[in-house]
Amino acid sequence: MPDLANTPAVVLSGIRKSYGEHEVLHGVSLTANEGDVISILGSSGSGKSTLLRCINMLEVPNAGSVSIHGETIALDQKPGQQPRARDNAQVNRLRAKAGMVFQSFNLWSHLTILENLIEAPVHVLKRDRKDAIAEAETLLARVGIAEKRHAYPAHLSGGQQQRAAIARALAMHPSVMLFDEPTSALDPELVGEVLKVMRDLAAEGRTMLIVTHEMGFARDVSTRTVFLHNGVIEEEGPPSLVFRNPRSDRFRQFISRDEREAR
Amino acid sequence: MLIDFPFLWESFTALLKGIPLTLQLTALSVVTGGVLAVLLALMRVSNKWWLDLPAQFYVFVFRGTPLLVQIYIIYYGISQFPELRQSWVWPFLRQAYWCAALALALNTAAYSAEIIRGGLLSVPAGQIEAARATGMSGFLLMRRIIFPQALRQMLPGYSNEIILMVKSTALASTVTLMEVTGIAAKLISQSYRPIELFICAGAIYLALNFIVARLFAALEYALSPERRPAPVSAADKPEKARA
Amino acid sequence: MDYLQLMGFGPNGWGYGMLAATGMTVAVALCGYLIGSILGSLGAAAAFSRFMLLRGIAGFYTTVLRGIPDLLVIYLFYFGSSSVISGVAALFGAEGFVGAPAFITGAMAIGVVSGAYQMQVFRGAVLALAKGEIEAARAYGMPSFLLFRRIILPQAARFAIPGMGNVWQLVLKESALISVIGLVEIMRQSQIGAGSTRQPFSFYLTAAALYLLITFVSGRGFRLAERRAMRGVRRAA
Ligand SMILES: Nc1ncnc2c1ncn2[C@@H]1O[C@H](COP(=O)(O)OP(=O)(O)OP(=O)(O)O)[C@@H](O)[C@H]1O
Ligand SMILES: [Mg+2]
Repeated sequence: MPDLANTPAVVLSGIRKSYGEHEVLHGVSLTANEGDVISILGSSGSGKSTLLRCINMLEVPNAGSVSIHGETIALDQKPGQQPRARDNAQVNRLRAKAGMVFQSFNLWSHLTILENLIEAPVHVLKRDRKDAIAEAETLLARVGIAEKRHAYPAHLSGGQQQRAAIARALAMHPSVMLFDEPTSALDPELVGEVLKVMRDLAAEGRTMLIVTHEMGFARDVSTRTVFLHNGVIEEEGPPSLVFRNPRSDRFRQFISRDEREAR
Repeated sequence: MLIDFPFLWESFTALLKGIPLTLQLTALSVVTGGVLAVLLALMRVSNKWWLDLPAQFYVFVFRGTPLLVQIYIIYYGISQFPELRQSWVWPFLRQAYWCAALALALNTAAYSAEIIRGGLLSVPAGQIEAARATGMSGFLLMRRIIFPQALRQMLPGYSNEIILMVKSTALASTVTLMEVTGIAAKLISQSYRPIELFICAGAIYLALNFIVARLFAALEYALSPERRPAPVSAADKPEKARA
Repeated sequence: MDYLQLMGFGPNGWGYGMLAATGMTVAVALCGYLIGSILGSLGAAAAFSRFMLLRGIAGFYTTVLRGIPDLLVIYLFYFGSSSVISGVAALFGAEGFVGAPAFITGAMAIGVVSGAYQMQVFRGAVLALAKGEIEAARAYGMPSFLLFRRIILPQAARFAIPGMGNVWQLVLKESALISVIGLVEIMRQSQIGAGSTRQPFSFYLTAAALYLLITFVSGRGFRLAERRAMRGVRRAA
């Protein structure tokens, strides 16, 4: 029985991922402890999404291992073959623990917002439908869209859809949350409402891994910042340190460019 | 089950004799039906209800009834009227060949009209506006901007329609014409060997349709230079081809 | 005899006969359509399978059956099953040709042909699904069957309605061909009437009107179903 308080929420070690001949991640290791809020930065194409998607096996790494709360995902990684997860049931069980929020929301368009929230709790976690509905309504109120519960996703604004998607992830009682550029598809005036919800989640002490281009958010909210470049981690540390005192030149360029753009 | 190869070969050569008639019926109906279809499509997009409505009705009737009914009405039905038997059309409509060709043409006109209309409507309004802004209008606008784009847009649909027509000519066999299916039906009822004949006739139709599809694919390629990959000059080759 | 008497329900009228034949047309078309749905969904499942052999078989099925005339398929089914039946009958001492039951062979032939079209409709509907929504379901730990049942099927069914409507119209019209093997549906009944009254035009025109009525009403039905199912979907303006 692993000691839950001391086992890290997520451990990635030596993750490599290739598409065909092209290796995108060259051996990335990263540990997220309970309560960590890790922001993952990097320029476009550096492999941020790929890394995040390796955590819940939406991409299966060619080499390296992934553990969630001390449980290592069993993988078949034979050279010359597509890597595969060995046990689908295990993957699904662990996925249910890692709530993912996508850049493009990916709400299920044939279901209302409320139905989106209870779909996986009822059918994957086999929770009681009534309880799931009650909880979903609380969550929707929390992200500020209670009145939209019977609307279909297509009838919501982008910001509302993303808040619904976050509520959908929370409805699974995830022990770790994965965000892939949750605000990048939003109009600038809608970004704030989503970031506020995420700030609240961080303040609750939730474990979160966030791929983002929002520097301010990364600096103020995260407990740790990781800078990915060409598939390797170039810089890692508490934001108060790395933003003031970058060791890597590339990260320095990256943040200065961002500051210039911000002005 | 054993397949009798000599019999297969014999059937195949017998069926080959039906191909000219199949092709004639297809070509005749596609060409005349195509002309009628363009007219119908222009009526549909004319924005004048007294042109649009009759065209709509035509399409509705011919797409809503089986081709077999259309063939029978023309071939058997017309003889009910003595007046028609006296008129100039009778020498034609007395013959199964012209009846089948007429029915096929009227039928494909209805389907093709909708394909052409779809193509015409697919040209983005912005492009038409842009052309109008440069002073184009009427026939020039149709010829230079709308038609070339519509043509490409409707090629895949039209290629399908021609394949359907090749298949539809089989119905001519129900009014005694000996095209591929007619010959096959005759041989089946003589020999009671449906499987061999089915394989041979099926192979012939598949080959014909394959040729139609290839021709149209080639035509589409020729007509859409902007959708081909841009020519790569030595200077801007991608560093590394990705799998 | 004028037209109304001819198609009426009086002692010399053909009204009941044509009505019964209409029922037969709808019945054989429906059976063929259902058989086609089963074949079509199996075909679509095979087309998405991991196994190359299954994908190959599905591709072959839909290419061949969409490429050859329906009439040929009907002949194959009729004469094929008849020769089997005749062979069996010969064992019991019967002689000569024994025809297969027209309804069953007709429905089977329509089913096999329409299955090839329905397979394409189902495939297209699944491909039209937003990839991200499937990914989201995976990310939430849905096992594949649940994912198929709860996320893919309801949406694909919705996308499939217009295509399924088209196939239904196709099947209705194709059912007219079953008349060549003797099933007394609208076409065959009209032939019988035309032969015995020497009024072919009246009969075939009536047949056309009946088909038009069925295609029109069922087209309305499909449109209604589509409108209901498309709730919650953003439409391109
Ligand atoms: N399915 C795929 N097939 C082939 N190449 C891929 C695939 N997914 C990603 N890549 C490649 O992997 C590299 C990293 O992609 P990734 O999406 O992880 O980048 P990213 O850091 O998230 O970028 P962005 O900020 O633009 O989202 C890119 O070069 C991309 O082209
Ligand atoms: Mg990304």
